Amino acid sequence: METLRKFEKVCEIVDQNDRSAARLIPILQAVQSEYRYLPEEILTYIATSLGISPASVFGVATFYSLFTMKPKGKYIIRICDGTACHVKGSMNLYEALRNKLTLKEGADSTPDMLFTLETVNCLGACGLAPAMVINDEVFGQLTPERVDSIIDDILDKEEKNEFDTHGA
Amino acid sequence: MNLTLMGLNKIKEDYLAAQTVLARRIIVCAGTGCIVNGSMKVYEEFVRCIKDSGLNAVVELKKEKEEDGVFVSKSGCQGFCQIGPLVTILPENILYTKVRPDDVQDIVETTLIRGELLNRILYVDPDTKKPCKNQSEIPFYRKQQRFVLANCGVIDPEDLREYVAHGGYVSAAKACLEMTPLEVCKRIGDAGVRGRGGGGFPTGKKWEMALQKESDKKYVICNGDEGDPGAFMDMGVMEGNPHSVVEGLIIAARAIGADEGYVYVRAEYPLAVKRIRKAIQDAYKAGMLGRQIFGSSYNFDLHVMEGAGAFVCGEETAMIASIEGRRGMPSPKPPFPTQRGLWGKPTVINNVETLSNIPLVLAAGLDQYRSLGTHESPGTKTFAVTGHVANTGLIEMPFGSTLREIVFHVAGGMTSDDGKPMNDGFKAVQIGGPSGGCLTRDHLDLPLDFDSLKQVGAMIGSGGLVVMNKNTCMVSVARFFMRFTQEESCGKCVLCREGTKQMLSLLDDIIEGRATEETLTILEDLAIAVQKGSLCGLGKTAPNPVLSTLRYFRDEYEAHVKHKYCPTGKCKKLTKFWIDENLCRGCTLCVTKCAIGAIIGEKGQPHKIDQMLCRKCGACIEVCKFQAIKGGKS
Repeated sequence: METLRKFEKVCEIVDQNDRSAARLIPILQAVQSEYRYLPEEILTYIATSLGISPASVFGVATFYSLFTMKPKGKYIIRICDGTACHVKGSMNLYEALRNKLTLKEGADSTPDMLFTLETVNCLGACGLAPAMVINDEVFGQLTPERVDSIIDDILDKEEKNEFDTHGA
Repeated sequence: MNLTLMGLNKIKEDYLAAQTVLARRIIVCAGTGCIVNGSMKVYEEFVRCIKDSGLNAVVELKKEKEEDGVFVSKSGCQGFCQIGPLVTILPENILYTKVRPDDVQDIVETTLIRGELLNRILYVDPDTKKPCKNQSEIPFYRKQQRFVLANCGVIDPEDLREYVAHGGYVSAAKACLEMTPLEVCKRIGDAGVRGRGGGGFPTGKKWEMALQKESDKKYVICNGDEGDPGAFMDMGVMEGNPHSVVEGLIIAARAIGADEGYVYVRAEYPLAVKRIRKAIQDAYKAGMLGRQIFGSSYNFDLHVMEGAGAFVCGEETAMIASIEGRRGMPSPKPPFPTQRGLWGKPTVINNVETLSNIPLVLAAGLDQYRSLGTHESPGTKTFAVTGHVANTGLIEMPFGSTLREIVFHVAGGMTSDDGKPMNDGFKAVQIGGPSGGCLTRDHLDLPLDFDSLKQVGAMIGSGGLVVMNKNTCMVSVARFFMRFTQEESCGKCVLCREGTKQMLSLLDDIIEGRATEETLTILEDLAIAVQKGSLCGLGKTAPNPVLSTLRYFRDEYEAHVKHKYCPTGKCKKLTKFWIDENLCRGCTLCVTKCAIGAIIGEKGQPHKIDQMLCRKCGACIEVCKFQAIKGGKS
């Protein structure tokens, strides 16, 4: 049942894009914003419905850095490592966050899939370096201490939500 | 719906009529920078406080005449992001800086009601210590020449009518109704407009090439895939004046005879994507896009394509592949896109800033445009100034301005790593991002234009300027850019794919103390090979940061290689660790901590670090309770 519903949504996205292979990138973008990643079976499904080889779909999905085939956390934290942010110590923030989230070596996501930590080339908020973006919200002029408190705020919010859902 | 010149005039008059009733206007900056600093909360607070104080707060001008009130509007980026959120109050023309929601009530009472200045949130000139009332008194703005950005930060980017009220879409209408395609190409060619995306190719010539190519279908594409780290000029334009880009595209389409176009925007710029989408939607509704635009016989459809995070897609042929739904890999030129581009049809690709210039060039006329800039590079250029300077932000200068003017007059001079003024701190400027080169003290008085920069081994690129103080290690800077291009190499050409990888590891050798003098020779040879053996601009220019730092800062490379010493002390692996005999108690804690046994010594006796074995991991410093272990240059 779950799988069926999964494909229904993909069908809708593919249809909205006229089942055109030229629209592959917008299709993948829409699918990713729906599932937060590109599940392998869905990529094969898209290939069939567009009439192109799975290889070309996988080729595109792995070429662009915003596409991911690994599931990502609920909160995707992207530390800007553009020139301005780099010069102003963005890597210290990155390390501070890795410690804060106690990420194991080689892992980008927390085991509970709440957070994923990445870097991004430039957010264009160079005047406010160093910057980061959590999902769609940009934060600027950061220090390791501020990053710490931003994460704490999210954790608090999550805890409260959990309580509400269970309480209700 | 047909819309002619008269129709445009009607929109303009209606808008101005509605606006004149409202004597007062508050403009809250809604560029990415100010939004990050909370300008949207400031905006909401203004609407609330104005209503609370019994005044009428107007957030959107309606067609019919408004009753008197305060017009609260948003604008695009005003450039000086550092002192944001920025709030401008008209008609007095007061600029308040770093406005917090808590300040709003005070502004309403002091300025709106009593008509007085609120001194505490005015910008203070750091030299004269005098408060500045508005942009014309602030050195950052006073020294600039705003042409493309003139309306950015003034008009509401989400309101088509205001763009029209500032003379917008008149050039596009004229191009469609009163000029032939060849005339449009010639006008742009005669004005001497050159592509602002990096190469500086004459725009009029590019258009003429596409015009002359016969085809049943042609395309125009706006290149908004501004991927250079540290550059955000195009973002500023797309967020602050999206209609100027749409109008530029309409004119380009008319000039070459295209009936379909794309705006390719980086997905990392969500606000720019949103505003461009809105601008296109509104232009369709008003009859500037779609069928029979401006009542002429031409059709023009415009789509938005969001990038998916690949720097190489800024390259024309790779962008085309990406729009066609494939991996964004470049293909050989010729055929140039003007001959065979999107879906094999003639295609013109112009940069955001270039397109935004076009309507202004047609409106201003040749003489006025040519009066700005130099003979070979007329007009202005926007730059994103970042790094170790007092004022970072988005600026616009005529071509031919010098680095000295930009760094010391507009950007307010050098700062140290922690942002304090550092008078003699200038070391270098990296211009043009990962494809550019560095400029040194000797180039401070060089007039900046496309050709002068090429001569000194740099390029204007898209216009990112990263200013660096003398505590910056140039080898590390070169490594930063090399890591960037290495990660972004699409992998098609062997020399770019493998060469950048090897160059990166050679730079790592230098930074981490494994290099010999031969390393520098290999690095240089490889750099030239990568330049020659790559297909597209990414690979061809990838070695530039290395070559130009080698050219101007060879002594720094040599210090790393010959003496295993980083003159700025920034390269950790070249830092030497030693134990202060007077402080060491001989506790052996560091001896047990050192993973490779580089620390020797008996219990109770001062320890020693074997420099040959030490890997400079710094673990001993952390573990020592007596601060006896030192790290530094000597």
